[in-house]
Amino acid sequence: MPSNIQIRLATDRVNYTIALNQRVPKIYTPGEIITKQNEFMRGHGTYEENGDLKASVAGVKEEINKLISIRPLKCRYNGETGDVVIGRITEVQQKRWKVDTNSRLDSILLLSSVNLPGGELRRRSAEDEHMMRKYLQEGDLISAEVQNVFSDGSLSLHTRSLKYGKLSQGVLVKVSPTLIKRSKTRFHNLPVGASIVLGNNGYIWISPIMNVEESAVGGFVQNLDEVISKPERETISRLRNCIQALAQCKMMLYDTSVLYAYEESLKYDVKELLIPEAIVDLGILTQERISMLTNG
Amino acid sequence: MSKKELISKVGLRLDGRRADELRRIRCKLGVFSEPDGSAYIEQGLTKVLAAVYGPHQVRSNRLKAQADAVIINCQFSMAVFSTSERKKRPRGDRKSTELSLHLRQALIAAIEVEKYPWSQIDVYVEVLHADGGTINVIFFKFNRIIDLFRYFPACVNAATLALIDAGIPIKEYVCACTASIANDNQPMVDISHEEEILGGPTLTIVALPMCEKVVLMEMSQRFHLDHLKLVLEKALEGCKNTKNILDQAVQNHIIDVGASTGWAGTGEKVKR
Repeated sequence: MPSNIQIRLATDRVNYTIALNQRVPKIYTPGEIITKQNEFMRGHGTYEENGDLKASVAGVKEEINKLISIRPLKCRYNGETGDVVIGRITEVQQKRWKVDTNSRLDSILLLSSVNLPGGELRRRSAEDEHMMRKYLQEGDLISAEVQNVFSDGSLSLHTRSLKYGKLSQGVLVKVSPTLIKRSKTRFHNLPVGASIVLGNNGYIWISPIMNVEESAVGGFVQNLDEVISKPERETISRLRNCIQALAQCKMMLYDTSVLYAYEESLKYDVKELLIPEAIVDLGILTQERISMLTNG
Repeated sequence: MSKKELISKVGLRLDGRRADELRRIRCKLGVFSEPDGSAYIEQGLTKVLAAVYGPHQVRSNRLKAQADAVIINCQFSMAVFSTSERKKRPRGDRKSTELSLHLRQALIAAIEVEKYPWSQIDVYVEVLHADGGTINVIFFKFNRIIDLFRYFPACVNAATLALIDAGIPIKEYVCACTASIANDNQPMVDISHEEEILGGPTLTIVALPMCEKVVLMEMSQRFHLDHLKLVLEKALEGCKNTKNILDQAVQNHIIDVGASTGWAGTGEKVKR
């Protein structure tokens, strides 16, 4: 039996907020009138009633020319073309897979938008349809790119690149999609000996360093026989705990912040990173380093 | 029972409040990490947790999915330890089901259902601690509907907060409040358990406080027509006050979260 079990009362709860003292923008809450003038266009998170533009979610105003929208601080993933996402197969249908990507509706991965083994120009035959479950079955994790967004809001994915495809050994962390910082590259090989994929949909994949040649077969091969060494696994779990801690403190996630958090976490054991005090400490230290970087 | 003396000559009620004062409301948003939105609320001695999942793909009953509206699925339950007598069934009995339906009715008034075709929103509320445990359990055997309905306002308020936390668009806050009549003609707001037993009829309303629309109304007994208007006005006022308290809590929560992220991603598009 493990000897140190942490139990605490609800009154000893740790406050995770590590807010800096900054200028606070105006916060809008549902039902609040944004403007009475009707020259503006209504965007997401707003509605019109009796000529007034009102907020329908709690958040901050965003204005682009005449378009006003309110952005909530937490919501489901709203896909955009070109986003990199991590998803889990929920269903195998005829000619397509259904993928859970933390969005409002399940996304679709068409058989014609994956790279099948045997080259780019291969025709999809009826046999391929029967083999679909062999490539990807329910519960498999994939990385993919959003190809387009349908009118009902569901996403169409594709894996037509060697970067994408089935994920094999690693750890999945789920955070809110709003915590992922937008950037061009989503695949990072961290110098600490692990690679992370920051999916725009809030799913983060941590795995041992991947090299591209290995997955050149089209991304449907899972190499489960390869044994990941213990130090490597420890690195992965430490990264997972660091990302979880940053998400708990509501800090933005990108390669630098994760790397800083990892470096600051080295004074703790991996399992100690689950203790609330350690999480807050890690959050504060990471934030200090980031603000040092931005200020000077 | 003495209906007359619920408000003393000095104008104070049994628990020391004035006629138009609410019980203490404390609330917190984002109490869980797994659901999309969650909230905890304390109204007097009633404590309620709410969790919202969605909008997500309809999974269990796929035939129900609609092309023009989101399915809203509510579940009311009471923790087995919430009352003085341990409850046998925390959910699923007739009264809880009825309350679930009422809750759904109340929330539909505010959620913009047509925005989310083919999807589903699940709202779960659980009463953790029920006000007024010890007094006369047999009394409730006759009118158990009041027994559960007393917790309804806190449930509605908790569900609203959870919806806001989940970032689901709603037209405005949905607030609920109770009111009753004391000393024959004095309306009073936010009835506690004790007052409900001793006093007369109780009116529960769910309202959209900003546009002053009443969404749902429930009376425990018959009212005199002359009293109804007074009590309704009082209850509506209670809803407005509740809304202000909830609004403050939401603002504080947003400021906390937003400041940690450095408001990142929010000002980004403005600069472009």
